[in-house]
Amino acid sequence: MDSIKLHYDVPGDDFTRAGAASSDVKRNLKQLGVSPSVIRNVSIAMYEGEINMVIHAGGGNIDVEITEEEIIMILADEGPGIANLELAMKEGYSTAPDNIRCLGFGAGMGLPNIKKYTDDFKIETEVGKGTTLYLKVNLE
Amino acid sequence: MKIKDIKEILGAEIICNEEGLEREVYTACGSDMMSDVLAFVKEQAALLTGLVNPQVVRTAEMMDMHCIIFVRGKRPHLDMIEMAEDRDMVMLCTDLEMFTACGKLYAAGLKGGSGK
Repeated sequence: MDSIKLHYDVPGDDFTRAGAASSDVKRNLKQLGVSPSVIRNVSIAMYEGEINMVIHAGGGNIDVEITEEEIIMILADEGPGIANLELAMKEGYSTAPDNIRCLGFGAGMGLPNIKKYTDDFKIETEVGKGTTLYLKVNLE
Repeated sequence: MKIKDIKEILGAEIICNEEGLEREVYTACGSDMMSDVLAFVKEQAALLTGLVNPQVVRTAEMMDMHCIIFVRGKRPHLDMIEMAEDRDMVMLCTDLEMFTACGKLYAAGLKGGSGK
């Protein structure tokens, strides 16, 4: 089987639509008959990343590749970058403003959760340039 | 516990997807922080929340949750109801506060995320 490639532009100004890309990937994986636990891991990791993009970075884009062995997600933004990655990876640490907390996010669980639900997690970030996440979930 | 049992215990009103009331729910998670909910993975769980925005439905979707219960008399907006209907989710509303709603369900045998 050839791999399946999906691309999404994530708008940064519409919180209500955030998660639409993750929702679409979930639908695709269901149609392909991928196991529910793999689908959930992919969905949660991508959704956290997508929300982060909207909250912190003014949007970005997401590329997903589904192969016979794995699901690869690349989430790239040109936002402010992460000044202290070590802190950002700690559960409970958040730089999200109060208005984001009122929306139910910004508990400081985003990046730790993404790492927890993926088999491979790599992050490149540079202040003033942006952040890119490289994520991989193995198919069982 | 079936979703219809939750409805009875909380004296809740059905907002959408009445046909889903026979579904089983094994655990529940109560939070207004969707970030915390996303750290909670359990099969066939129900979500109790006082937060009202479309990301509540998205979060439940990502977690494979089939039932959202709005506490403190909060009511979902029409766009949220449409999203829930598309995803076969049951939405309930109760006037009870979060603590009381969770307490009643726990006392009736529904467990939290750790299964305890």
